[in-house]
Amino acid sequence: MSPPAASLACRQVVFVRDRRRVLDDVSLTVSAGEVVSLLGANGAGKSSLLRIMLGLLRPQAGEVRLDGRPLPRWSAPARARRMAYVPQTHVASFPYTVEQVVALGRLPHAGLGRALGGEDREAVQAALQRMQVFSLARRDYTSLSGGERQRVLLARALAQQAPILVMDEPMTALDYGHQVRMQALLRELASEGYAILNTTHRPDEALQVATRAVLLQHGRLIADGPPQQVIDAGSMSALYGVALTQLDASAQRFFTHRP
Amino acid sequence: MSRSTDRPDFDDLSARPGHQRRIGIWIAALAMLAAVSLGTLGLGRYPVSPHEVLLALLGRQDSPALSVLRMVVIEVRLPRLLAAALVGAALSVAGASYQTVFRNPLVSPGLLGVLSGSAFGAALAIVLAAHPLWVQAAAFAGGLTAAAVGLGIAGALRSGNVLALVLGGLISDALFSSLLSLVKYVADPQNQLPAIVYWLLGSLAQVGWDDLDRFAVPLALGTGLLCAGGRLLDALSLSDDEARSLGVPVTALRLAVIALATLISALTVSVAGIIGWIGLLVPHMARLLVGAGHRQLLPLSAVIGAIVLILADTCARSVSAGEVPLGIVTQLFGALGFALVLRRLRQDAS
Repeated sequence: MSPPAASLACRQVVFVRDRRRVLDDVSLTVSAGEVVSLLGANGAGKSSLLRIMLGLLRPQAGEVRLDGRPLPRWSAPARARRMAYVPQTHVASFPYTVEQVVALGRLPHAGLGRALGGEDREAVQAALQRMQVFSLARRDYTSLSGGERQRVLLARALAQQAPILVMDEPMTALDYGHQVRMQALLRELASEGYAILNTTHRPDEALQVATRAVLLQHGRLIADGPPQQVIDAGSMSALYGVALTQLDASAQRFFTHRP
Repeated sequence: MSRSTDRPDFDDLSARPGHQRRIGIWIAALAMLAAVSLGTLGLGRYPVSPHEVLLALLGRQDSPALSVLRMVVIEVRLPRLLAAALVGAALSVAGASYQTVFRNPLVSPGLLGVLSGSAFGAALAIVLAAHPLWVQAAAFAGGLTAAAVGLGIAGALRSGNVLALVLGGLISDALFSSLLSLVKYVADPQNQLPAIVYWLLGSLAQVGWDDLDRFAVPLALGTGLLCAGGRLLDALSLSDDEARSLGVPVTALRLAVIALATLISALTVSVAGIIGWIGLLVPHMARLLVGAGHRQLLPLSAVIGAIVLILADTCARSVSAGEVPLGIVTQLFGALGFALVLRRLRQDAS
């Protein structure tokens, strides 16, 4: 898409809130072609790390680099053309149509003043088609199911045409069928050169979709590597504080609770 | 995702079935505005036929009969019509902007305390026996002060956050409401108190060309600027994180929109006193017609707001021999209208 291969990296990030170290010396890199899944218990600092990577929070120490350049040195629209955010939920207070929601992804390209041009409209249509929400284009976003909403939000990010996607629990609202399709889509996007950072609550999901898994515990990064190595009964039991046994069967790994 | 079921024609979107409907809505709204305007120039205690209205507006030849017509139509009714249209449009656009910025469809321009601040300013000027011009100025200044206090409290709580703004507005509103009560309490009950009460009920009865000279341009300018910022308001309807990740400078834009909307709200109070419900109700009507996209919503809100307030003002001055305060009319019909709109929204949701 854009000439330099996309990368998003943070180095030695420290984030303190109310005198608590939410993130402590965290370093993480996401490059083109990767799907990096961030795992951690509630309160481990996943959301804070995501928001810091997006430039929505400023760390007290350490820095975030987008394509090798420190994040604060990017202008807001330029940054938005390189990096898109897919929130877990989008609260719609007003009855925007699906098409209008997706078209907001063109803001970093068209700016606030100009109307959408032909290129913008093409990007919107391509994103609607790719996420299979084209037939919903005129529907009211507020009338959609959770799974449809999630696909619309991803369509907005695709319309943004940014090579880095930061996604907050993209699977949580989806039914099983859409989860499977979403996993395939994320891998497909990565193979096209997107760099994807996502959070998840489910180890099996990370095993399916991620090219790398990163474990975050009490604000510290305790493991970073291929999912099959990082995610096993030992690490998951420690991470979530439950006793788990693992079951490997034909390249798949399952976990069960060991009481 | 490789299902290929929903892939309609590419041309489908450019054909835009909604597009034609929108054009129809705009034609209907503008035609209605024109009809209502002509109608109201003829209506009143001195009835004038539509033909005579046009004669008075366009005619040049001087005959005694025509000069009476011109007096009634151009010196009395026309400024009032224009004021009603401007105030209605401004309140509606300000209301729609407030609703978006606070991401809450039940918000009205009074949220930040503008209206109670203006009321306090006007009441204070009346008690100090100031010239009517000073009453207008004090109303304007009071509104802006109240909004500034609301914003200041929000800033002290935590900058820019929507909830902080709501709380700041709540406190400022309460503060200036109590100050207004205090002024009413010390006012002379023989003539000052009635003057305050009547002023607060809202009216366009005293509006003449000299008022329009002062208010028309800033009101139209502020309303027009907000209407032009439609896409900006679309962006502000997103959560802060989403908007920022789309490269939108949320805090600055939100303050700018609040400042503009507050400015024109305070101006309307200076012109017409407190006209309730328009700013809350009209955006809902417009949203039902053209949806939430602000590039359509704001201009249509302006047109509908103008129509509604012209109608309300015509009611106010022609229902009985005496003048009914405009604020009472808008409150009465506003409450009924809002019930209808909510019913419609319910039906749409189910």
